[in-house]
Amino acid sequence: MNWKTFGAMLARDAHVARRNAIQLFLQTFLQPLLFVFIFGRVMVGSGYLPPQYKSLLLPGIIAICMVFTGIWAVAMPLIAEFQWTREIEDRLLAPIGVGWVAIEKVIAGMLQALIAGLVVIPLAWLVLRPGVEISIGSPWTFAAIILLVATFSACGGLALGCTINQQHIGLMFGMVITPMIFFGCTYYPWSALKSFPILQKAVLINPLVYASEGMRATLVPQFPHLSITAVLGALLCFDVLLLVVGLRQFERKAVS
Amino acid sequence: MVGVHTQDLRKVYSSSPPAAAAGGFAPRADGKKGKSAKVQIPALDGLSLEIHPGEIFGLLGPNGAGKSTTVGVLTTRVRPNSGQAWVGDHDVWKEPALVKRLIGVVPQRPNLDFSLTAREILLFHAAYFGIGFRQRDERANALLEKFKLTERANQMVRGFSGGMMQRLSIARAMMHNPQVLFLDEPSAGLDPQTRILLWEIIREYHQAGKTILLTTHNMDEADALCQRLVIVDHGHVIALGTPKELKASIPGGFLLRLRFGRQPADLIERLQGLAGVREVRTADTAGMDIYADRGGSLIPEIASLAASSGAELSDVHISEPSLENLFLHHTGRSLRD
Repeated sequence: MNWKTFGAMLARDAHVARRNAIQLFLQTFLQPLLFVFIFGRVMVGSGYLPPQYKSLLLPGIIAICMVFTGIWAVAMPLIAEFQWTREIEDRLLAPIGVGWVAIEKVIAGMLQALIAGLVVIPLAWLVLRPGVEISIGSPWTFAAIILLVATFSACGGLALGCTINQQHIGLMFGMVITPMIFFGCTYYPWSALKSFPILQKAVLINPLVYASEGMRATLVPQFPHLSITAVLGALLCFDVLLLVVGLRQFERKAVS
Repeated sequence: MVGVHTQDLRKVYSSSPPAAAAGGFAPRADGKKGKSAKVQIPALDGLSLEIHPGEIFGLLGPNGAGKSTTVGVLTTRVRPNSGQAWVGDHDVWKEPALVKRLIGVVPQRPNLDFSLTAREILLFHAAYFGIGFRQRDERANALLEKFKLTERANQMVRGFSGGMMQRLSIARAMMHNPQVLFLDEPSAGLDPQTRILLWEIIREYHQAGKTILLTTHNMDEADALCQRLVIVDHGHVIALGTPKELKASIPGGFLLRLRFGRQPADLIERLQGLAGVREVRTADTAGMDIYADRGGSLIPEIASLAASSGAELSDVHISEPSLENLFLHHTGRSLRD
């Protein structure tokens, strides 16, 4: 393992992210904050939704923000860099195993997802206040969950980015991202699906469910949520699965 | 100094060839019909090469001959189906990270990092190779100057012209001072002035004791730069030697391509009887290729012989000894076909 090369590749990604900071900021936070404003302030303020909805909404928004930042940060550059310009080749030709180039992308994506999560908490809180009741009961559990969520998002980005072609990005949003958000228990707890028993079982294949429920379990435990053990176990499984699939796909794309 | 060699490399693509080895491959449908039938594209067919340490070696051949796939295999980007490849003492497919340290690669199509400026591309490339900050800064400045890119150094490369991108690609490949430099069609798309600049830089780099492998389908380039070259077609070697040796191996050296309106049956025999004619081949239905010791001075004799035997000479083309003729002699096809 060549740490200098690995560090230089991370530095390159950080440099590019810094250069696109404003664009990244808007892309990451604008939509969730508008959502928070409309549902948490307008709808609650005018009495269409109960005041507790504010607290219920926040963990879901953090999960969406982290997951899609991670997926986006890894998948979009990979899709572009593996196209006919083969921009990624200067890193594939760096003196390091090809798999480490993929791992570096995952680490960069995880860092971006973690930053997004940590920034959206105070931002959303500012938009929603007053009346939000969040508490981090167990910081270690919370840290474990956000780390696993960040890993899942970056590994998912790796798997998607190495599977999808540029011409299918629109399809990825329609067929993968949108259903993931709406069936990801982000705007409602999983228990709210109990009147749709088949759907309630089916959504369990959606990793975003565990991200949202995990956030809910650690930030707003007063609402119903999946058990923390189930959440940690499922996220760990998804992390490993997506990493294995992503690495395999990456190597396939990198070496013909 | 570091040499390169390959042994019996074979590669068959089961779909379209990758960007690293783009070329005019002729797809061949394999066996079964229907949806399950995969297109098999043979690219390398038992290719063995020995490139000596410190030489400029040329891989010459038409599009689809397997040149880029050979470079792909030697630069860890294309995995062969069988055979072995070494750079120095390192097996490319057993120690890829060590091999990557020794090589610099200029691909056929510039693959620059579009998210960075020209200078940053060089600096980050050096950083990937663990070169210290001060040294990489000095080297980047020197190479930008050498490739006449200093003025545009702080601009994003997305807006660069094809020639500028190509120059920057070469500068980047030299950034970590590799022992072996691979140049895949380096002067494709360059204007004549830049091509000469590039040739000078390649010669200078070679004088510093480096091994250079370049692919080209440009005979002049191979002739001007390479100490030895190999002609490849359909993924195997068809001729190997110095440009001089190779040219001397063409019978006679001169090639006269003749076209006839009408062609009597005994014409070949009568042409073979002319003084200085080494070999006569029918090129297509109405053409003949004559390999001979002399060029223009044969024409009056050919014309009178044609007239006396009732053949109608419609076109004559004379070419002097060249690698192009050599390729034609071995394959029956022009390099540009």
